[in-house]
Amino acid sequence: MKLRLMVNGESRETEVREGESLLYVLRERLGLFGSKNACEQGECGSCSVYLDGELVCACLVLAGQAEGSEVVTVEGLSEGERLHPVQEAFLEAGAVQCGFCTPGLIVAAHDLLSRNSEPTEAEVREALAGNLCRCTGYEKILTAVQMAAETTP
Amino acid sequence: MRPYKYVRAQDVDGAVATLAEAPNAAFLAGGTNLVDLMKLEVMTPDMLVDVRRLTSDRVEGLDDGGLRIGAAVPNSVLAADHKIRSRYPALSQALLAGASGQLRNLATTGGNLLQHTRCVYWQDVTTPCNKREPGSGCSAIEGHNKNHAILGASEHCVATHPSDMAVAMAALDAFINVQGPEGERRIPIEELHRLPGDEPQRDTTLQHGELITSVDLPPVEFFSNSKYRKVRERASYAFALVSVAAALDIEDGIVGDVRIALGGVAHKPWRATKAEEALRGEPASEANFRAAADIELEDAQPLRDNAFKVPLARNVITRTLLDLSEEGR
Repeated sequence: MKLRLMVNGESRETEVREGESLLYVLRERLGLFGSKNACEQGECGSCSVYLDGELVCACLVLAGQAEGSEVVTVEGLSEGERLHPVQEAFLEAGAVQCGFCTPGLIVAAHDLLSRNSEPTEAEVREALAGNLCRCTGYEKILTAVQMAAETTP
Repeated sequence: MRPYKYVRAQDVDGAVATLAEAPNAAFLAGGTNLVDLMKLEVMTPDMLVDVRRLTSDRVEGLDDGGLRIGAAVPNSVLAADHKIRSRYPALSQALLAGASGQLRNLATTGGNLLQHTRCVYWQDVTTPCNKREPGSGCSAIEGHNKNHAILGASEHCVATHPSDMAVAMAALDAFINVQGPEGERRIPIEELHRLPGDEPQRDTTLQHGELITSVDLPPVEFFSNSKYRKVRERASYAFALVSVAAALDIEDGIVGDVRIALGGVAHKPWRATKAEEALRGEPASEANFRAAADIELEDAQPLRDNAFKVPLARNVITRTLLDLSEEGR
């Protein structure tokens, strides 16, 4: 089938099998490699994107279900070369090690701060519970989100 | 994942008719349980009929004063609904205690009710499992069974129902509205899920082709004094070892009415009717709460690894009722 999507503000059209995942479409059909493919079970959050404004795991959304939807991936958060304050904060805090979980965490942190501009540490932990990181021990990620909360307009 | 056909139905009638003619097809809503199980080849439907946009995605008032929750209402939206938060707080708390933000945004009310057990043997196609392959045996009875049932299990299956939401709905006397090939029917939630018996492959009493279209909550005033408490191995993003949803009506220190349901202990949300019965008309005291919990748990049959669930359930019931008796005074 032909799939039409708005991706990061651009109208995209691509041929897909209805049963493949939105994550597969983003990475393999549209060349957006920011969203990562890890557990494919909706457990790790590395494929977190916005689907019609809601944070979801793209690995669990079938391409057919996304027809006509608006998708924002991690690539859509920066403005050209200028990184989003959440991305800047992750760099500044050293919240990135292997980097595999980072795009999903950045989108999830972006979602949290758009709803709650001054989250407590407990709120940050709860909001990021669906994003697993096997390197950092999370401490610097928590620091990064608090830094981003202070700098996000 | 095995190949399958994806179909987007035009309306509920069409979806039900399509499924009725396709014995190995399944409805697809949020996909947060079905799609992952298909990747593991635990579930192998040959066709998915997408119903996510077919049923209502709104919470609306009913003429009797109750609420109707459309089957397509996402878990996150239902948890945030102000009518649910003020009149049925246990339901909102239960929803927020489940899964992650990403999953709650996708998962629907109807789908949450129908989610499958997280028994590791059911999810592992290399091991025997009577639920997945009737007659093959139960690997959990002698295996790792810390997370398994202590009430209502059978020699064929000791799996538990994983939903938090359904436990709250069981305590809150919800009704499930269903449309199927034979027409519409309305099922008390108590009769939706079933105990495993000798047919553990059947999680619910729904027939093939029946679609949940909405859930009704009755207008019961004291349900505003309700609470969900979940005990798990970490503070977030884990299934319940034991959970309890309870609602308490208390007057001059006496229990007027009460609802209690347990999660993590049985193949279905476990409505603790014996404990409720024991408490009606009795003083709302810690000793009475504890005694009522003991009555409910008398029939518990723990497995090798989960004897801890019996005292845990007793304590969680008692603590939750104590909280409600203080808050509801």
